[in-house]
Amino acid sequence: MEDTASQPSTRLQQLGRTLQSSWRSVVVGLPFFWLLLFFLIPFAIVLKISFAESLIASPPFSTLLQWGEDGALNLRILFDNFKFLAEDELYLNTYLNSLKVALISTIWCLLIGYPIAYAIVRSDPATKNVLLMLIILPFWTSFLLRVYAWMGLLADQGTINSFLIWLGIIDEPIRLLYSQFAVYIGIVYSYLPFMILPLYANMEKLDMSLHEAASDLGAKPITTFLTVTLPLTLPGIVAGSLLVFIPATGEYVIPDLLGGGNVLMIGNVLFNEFNSNHDWPVASAVAIVLLIVLVAPMMLYQRMQSRESAAH
Amino acid sequence: MQKKRSTFLFSMLCFGLAFLYVPIFILIIYSFNYSKLVPIWGGWSTRWYTKLFESPEVWEAVMLSLKIAFVNACFATLLGSLAGLALVRFGRFKGRTLFSGMISAPLVMPEVITGLSLLLLFITLSQLIGWPSARGFTTITIAHITFSMAYVAVIIQSRLSGMDESLEDAALDLGAKPFRVLLDITLPILAPGMLAGWLLAFTLSLDDLVIASFVTGPGSNTLPILIYSRIRLGLRPDINALATIMIVTVAIGVLLAAWIMWRQDKQRQRDRKLAAGDSLKHDLDD
Amino acid sequence: MSQAAETVDRPWLDADAQPFIKIRGMTKRFGDFTAVDNVDLDIYKGELFSLLGGSGCGKSTLLRMMAGFESPTAGTVHIDGTLMNEIPAYERPVNMMFQSYALFPHMTVAKNVAYGLVRDGLGKSEVTKRVDEMLDMVELGDFSKRKPHQLSGGQQQRVALARALVKRPKVLLLDEPLGALDKRLREQTQFELMNLQEELGVTFVVVTHDQEEAMTLSTRIAVMDQGKFMQIGTPTEIYETPDSRHVASFIGSTNIFQGFVVENKPDHVLVQSRRDDSLFYIDHGLDVQENAKVWVAIRPEKIRLSKTPPKKAGPNQLSGIVQDIGYLGRMSTYKVKLTNDKIVEITHPNQVRPKSGEHLADWEEKVYLSWEPTSAVVLTK
Repeated sequence: MEDTASQPSTRLQQLGRTLQSSWRSVVVGLPFFWLLLFFLIPFAIVLKISFAESLIASPPFSTLLQWGEDGALNLRILFDNFKFLAEDELYLNTYLNSLKVALISTIWCLLIGYPIAYAIVRSDPATKNVLLMLIILPFWTSFLLRVYAWMGLLADQGTINSFLIWLGIIDEPIRLLYSQFAVYIGIVYSYLPFMILPLYANMEKLDMSLHEAASDLGAKPITTFLTVTLPLTLPGIVAGSLLVFIPATGEYVIPDLLGGGNVLMIGNVLFNEFNSNHDWPVASAVAIVLLIVLVAPMMLYQRMQSRESAAH
Repeated sequence: MQKKRSTFLFSMLCFGLAFLYVPIFILIIYSFNYSKLVPIWGGWSTRWYTKLFESPEVWEAVMLSLKIAFVNACFATLLGSLAGLALVRFGRFKGRTLFSGMISAPLVMPEVITGLSLLLLFITLSQLIGWPSARGFTTITIAHITFSMAYVAVIIQSRLSGMDESLEDAALDLGAKPFRVLLDITLPILAPGMLAGWLLAFTLSLDDLVIASFVTGPGSNTLPILIYSRIRLGLRPDINALATIMIVTVAIGVLLAAWIMWRQDKQRQRDRKLAAGDSLKHDLDD
Repeated sequence: MSQAAETVDRPWLDADAQPFIKIRGMTKRFGDFTAVDNVDLDIYKGELFSLLGGSGCGKSTLLRMMAGFESPTAGTVHIDGTLMNEIPAYERPVNMMFQSYALFPHMTVAKNVAYGLVRDGLGKSEVTKRVDEMLDMVELGDFSKRKPHQLSGGQQQRVALARALVKRPKVLLLDEPLGALDKRLREQTQFELMNLQEELGVTFVVVTHDQEEAMTLSTRIAVMDQGKFMQIGTPTEIYETPDSRHVASFIGSTNIFQGFVVENKPDHVLVQSRRDDSLFYIDHGLDVQENAKVWVAIRPEKIRLSKTPPKKAGPNQLSGIVQDIGYLGRMSTYKVKLTNDKIVEITHPNQVRPKSGEHLADWEEKVYLSWEPTSAVVLTK
């Protein structure tokens, strides 16, 4: 009796609920579709072209699927581009150099960033906010212009050389710009905030009484640092290092402007292969290999991020 | 011992800040240099500023960059917020792993790869369906939305996971339908995060050189592309002037935002004191 | 007192009374974990019913299923005769007060309280009237323009209560309502909550982990553990006649002795301790075989402590050495070590102000313990 009375309203409610649940699919669907179209499919295209052959045509590459003379559909996957990369020492050296530059820059960022992050955490709240803002502020200003600022400092007649000559330390300008050294400076300078901020976030969660406990138990400051602080800030160190290492490996602007063609990094090779040589298949293969090189650190970073958000 | 260590920390801090800021200050000083050769001081002047504004090229690039940044910021905030919402609030759904992977991948993807892959997509699309017929505003904006929505999603995710979930339950309990809850409760609470996301997306877009260089077409120079093409060949005093204007604008913006946040913080502290005072008075009255 | 008069206050004793909330076979699983395990529950109109248990016992999940935030894996909920399973949270005639209060931080106190009424499509003047009434009732009339963060914890709690009550729900669900308040405020609020409930006649269902809170507030308590009810009863029943060791030790402290039944008569049982020959005489019969393994539970305050031996030997007597004395202000606790090494806890009210260092018995002193046949309970599980 009760059920018959409530039947129509239940049906109406069900309809209402169906409509209600459709907005959920919009919420997921819109960004999903966007990323599918503008992230995943482009990626598949790069992969496809990396297996193709370079042609002088438009588009300048062969298709993988071709109608053979016997009317059958042939799949042509060429590993030539990858073989070419493996055999040409230039590419191998460029990959290795990119990794080396990224690694050394990451270490420098860590060495400079760690004490800075620690100093910020230890300062009183009002100063802390000001310092944090000073670290973040460059991040909001143009990356390109910050690199440009170093061109002015490092040039033969730039600020540093003029200053050193004025001091009488050197007579002739020394070559600073367009060198590997300049690239290191540029990367450390540009990516330092990316190292400091995760370190800061990690250290701030650290219970300062742990240090007091350690010293109370008889540990010298250096022992406290090695046995308490360092292990506990390891997540911050890893996160910051990955945030510097990954983009630095694929960096294009800094080696181009501060290295001036004297420093070969993979980002530049890819750019030139594509824009100057118009060899799309090789450029795509370079991109695929770069991605394979970086996939492990990228996955590691993602794992850490998701663990971080799960902990919240 | 304690003292010595904090001296070390203090000097590292000073060194770090000097490292970050001295190049920028020198850049600004040289923008007022009369000399055409940037490194050689030729006395104070503002002539490079006037010169800068006479160039229609610069104006066009500025307008294009601002237009792209604005449209990008709006779309990226919308899509990024939806994505963050889905990831935090919808629990498990079909394709969630792929979705969260695609959302966070652009954060760590080298720019050259993102740029290359999007360009190849646009070329393929224009051959298949004739769109986009020309590359420029539209293609750059799409490329920017794709990577900046990831940043927005991260901000929204962290704000959502910090939010008390029972707020939404409470609204449901009081008779609000799920969509109403989204409008009345979730969105207002997310608003500051969305604003931060919008600003970040705007800045990222203004800043991007590599991806824009890939997906732009002839005649569409964003400001970074224009600057880059000029400084590749060496130092330019007019670029120093342009850099100064941009840096000062951003600095003022950031400082303003920080000041507003500082004031809100003060207000919140006052409110807390007010509440504490009331309950004390209430207790004494009893 | 006649039977009829008794069942007005205690509808659960009346076989004909219709439960207001009727839960049957309710189960909730999260993956492999069973949060609520096939429970049945009747709550009657006007009750103040508590779900009591430790964290993870399933009490909050059960509450959230009543509110409609979780859908049961199996089973049904009826409220006031209507099946609730398919009705979403926003259409149920219940409201909830959340543990975190869940006050909307971007709305004023008045807007918070009005929110549910506006959702019901009430007119502006009606909304204002009812919000004002409600705020006056919780004594927050002057605070309507404030935002939640401008209020103290106790005030926020009252806003949350007002917001949940203003819709005049058939049932008010309260999730740890006093958990976030400090001890003094909690005690004061407990009584306010009881007065309010009596005044409005709304059925309250409270989830709490605090046994004292449950004892003070409730008409009845359901003690939960691992998704199941251990016992349902009035506070007195739960405290005085627990039916399992778990309930006996969860509510207040208790001394438990293991033994076996040596004599089982309709009007009494005689239990012998396993460790020695001590006998326990309890003045109620038991539905078990002789020689069955049972437990005897005696509350610390029901044991008499004396320095002189009882005149006549018999059951319900023990002796031991005072091992520890704790002065708690209104009472003292004594820990007595029996000859078989078991520790027994006794509490004794400090009716007169003890002179410094003076106690009922001293450390290491030999004492004698005894209790009435009505004081102990026999537990079979």
